[in-house]
Amino acid sequence: MTILFELALTFYFASTIVGVVELFKGSKATTRIMVGLTAIGFVLHTINILLRYFIAGHIPITNMHEAASFFSWCIVLLFFYIEYRYRIGLLGSFIMPVVFVLMLSSSMLPREIKPLSPMLQSSWLAVHTTLAFLGDAAFAMAAGLGVMYLIQEHFLKSKHLGGLFQRLPNLQILDEINYKLITIGFPLLTLAIITGALWAESTLGSYWRWDPKEVWSLITWFIYVLVLHVRLRVGWKGKKAAILSIVGFLAVLFTFFGVNLLLKGFHSFVR
Amino acid sequence: MRILVTGLNHKTAPVEVREKLAFDGPKLDEGLRELLRLRNVEEGIIISTCNRVELYTHVKEVESAIEEIKQFLSTFHSIKPESLEGSLYFYSERDAIRHVFRVASSLDSMVVGEPQILGQVKDAFDFALKKKATGVLLNKLLKKAISVAKRVRTETRIAENAVSISYAAVELAKKIFADLSEKTFMLLGAGEMAELAVRHLINNGVRDVTVANRTYERGVELAREFCGRAIKFDDFKTELVNTDIIICSTGAPTYILYKEDMQRIMKERKNRSVFIIDISVPRNIDPEINDIDNVYLYDVDDLQGVVDANILERRKEAERAEAIVEEEVEKFLKWQNSLDAVPTIVALRNKAEEIKQTELERLFNRLPGLDERERNIIMTSVNAIVNRLIHPPTAALKEDHEDRDALIAMIKTLYGLEENGSKNRV
Repeated sequence: MTILFELALTFYFASTIVGVVELFKGSKATTRIMVGLTAIGFVLHTINILLRYFIAGHIPITNMHEAASFFSWCIVLLFFYIEYRYRIGLLGSFIMPVVFVLMLSSSMLPREIKPLSPMLQSSWLAVHTTLAFLGDAAFAMAAGLGVMYLIQEHFLKSKHLGGLFQRLPNLQILDEINYKLITIGFPLLTLAIITGALWAESTLGSYWRWDPKEVWSLITWFIYVLVLHVRLRVGWKGKKAAILSIVGFLAVLFTFFGVNLLLKGFHSFVR
Repeated sequence: MRILVTGLNHKTAPVEVREKLAFDGPKLDEGLRELLRLRNVEEGIIISTCNRVELYTHVKEVESAIEEIKQFLSTFHSIKPESLEGSLYFYSERDAIRHVFRVASSLDSMVVGEPQILGQVKDAFDFALKKKATGVLLNKLLKKAISVAKRVRTETRIAENAVSISYAAVELAKKIFADLSEKTFMLLGAGEMAELAVRHLINNGVRDVTVANRTYERGVELAREFCGRAIKFDDFKTELVNTDIIICSTGAPTYILYKEDMQRIMKERKNRSVFIIDISVPRNIDPEINDIDNVYLYDVDDLQGVVDANILERRKEAERAEAIVEEEVEKFLKWQNSLDAVPTIVALRNKAEEIKQTELERLFNRLPGLDERERNIIMTSVNAIVNRLIHPPTAALKEDHEDRDALIAMIKTLYGLEENGSKNRV
């Protein structure tokens, strides 16, 4: 089981390397190799997660190792969706490094499956966490596209039109997918917060307890409300929208890692 | 067997000569038939485009074939042989193979990397195939040339970059917008370069065209040409709210669009991206407009910079392409050389077979009492002896030898082989 995780990590690493090479010297062949390596890693990763599910008897998102691993899995899943839906160049070069770093941090965290604490034993666990992670994955992807947008926009403004400029996709499609991902991520995050509240009510007796994770999720939620608002009402498209989507993802990352590692609360796995 | 390329192109001959030698329409069929009638020509393909006329042939003997082809060209097109002097080039063997590969890969084109030539080479080859004008050698040569061209296209970025200003404008537009057919376009002013750019944009999908010219009638005229509509010049700023791509080329001595104007316009159009190409000299659009978010302003120098960088890039890529061609020429020569040994191998096998048959017959005549089984055993054993004896020389001939000609001669002498005329058509 461990070996599956390590193998998945290795394939993601290889795909990251190919992705970085692609930035400097791309061709159709490198894209195919990159997607292929990612696909192999993804299959191994999926089996790893399924095995943990069967061994533990519940969805494997109950320690930091599992959470980071599942988060990466969601991102890769979305990567394939976007890759096959839009076929835009170089997406993997920007996404796979994020996946690799998440997987690497996951690999360094303790992996043993411990009995689930009674408080978490609920069918809400699977629903709440899956929604939250899929939403976060969409935001991660949006941030990756935001970075691509900013790079391409910089090339066009400064009139440096080299090889990377040629390989990056056009601004409009980057902006459109970025927006689309936020419209996917936002309802997922909203539902995650709602199901979290319902779950808290059923086990702890109150909907909202100002737990740090709850607070930071709310902050993240407001950031994305802002992203959507300024885009639709004020017309902040392109560069500003790209920057905001990156800021939003930083909030997601802090909610995910920072709160668990720095602040304590019942979301924190370290107890 | 020798490959011979005869031809002339944009570098060696002016258009007056090229058009006289063109094999267009029915002339191609006729020309190909007459070419094949030449005594020294075994196979032939004729490529005739506006930039080149080339004859790819498989000939028996190069020197005399050159004379025959020169003669053929001047009689067929009824021009004096002297007027061809200096325009025609001839390549044989390695140079010929390299030339065909370079032509197909668009390394010999006027605009290096332009994609049409490969299609033209394919068409010429298909036509010759249909007319059964080609055989083993040219078929292999042309198939190889097409695959080399594809290799060059995938392994180098020779065809990727725009090398004219109007084309560069289109390429940039495609990096800003996803689908040009959904975008609105405005031509401000007129001018040859601007009109060329508009045509390029229209070829790439732009449909919604508006023209604003100081002389309204001229604007109407241009608009009709581009299937668009004309507006009064003074209204252009109002119209910009709905315009995504602008080409500006007026003769105005000052700026006609300032940063403040554009900021207001961007607010009204909710920050949807705008691409402005200002090819007027002096410039008509305030360069500071480029600082506004989602506005991309390129002037004529910026575009020229793109073009220059691309030409440089193409030259670098062309060098890589030449290396690929060189590699493939070597491979082809190896294959072709191995063909040289084929007649000798065949002769050697035939000779062995002949001796075997005679001797077996003689043996069976002397031993009439043998039954079928015994005869079979003897035949198997004799076959084995013969095969084992001729295997080493055959293998040596097939191998890639530096001194294959000497080896062929030696084997011919050792085995007393005589070739009988089957040397060419393999």
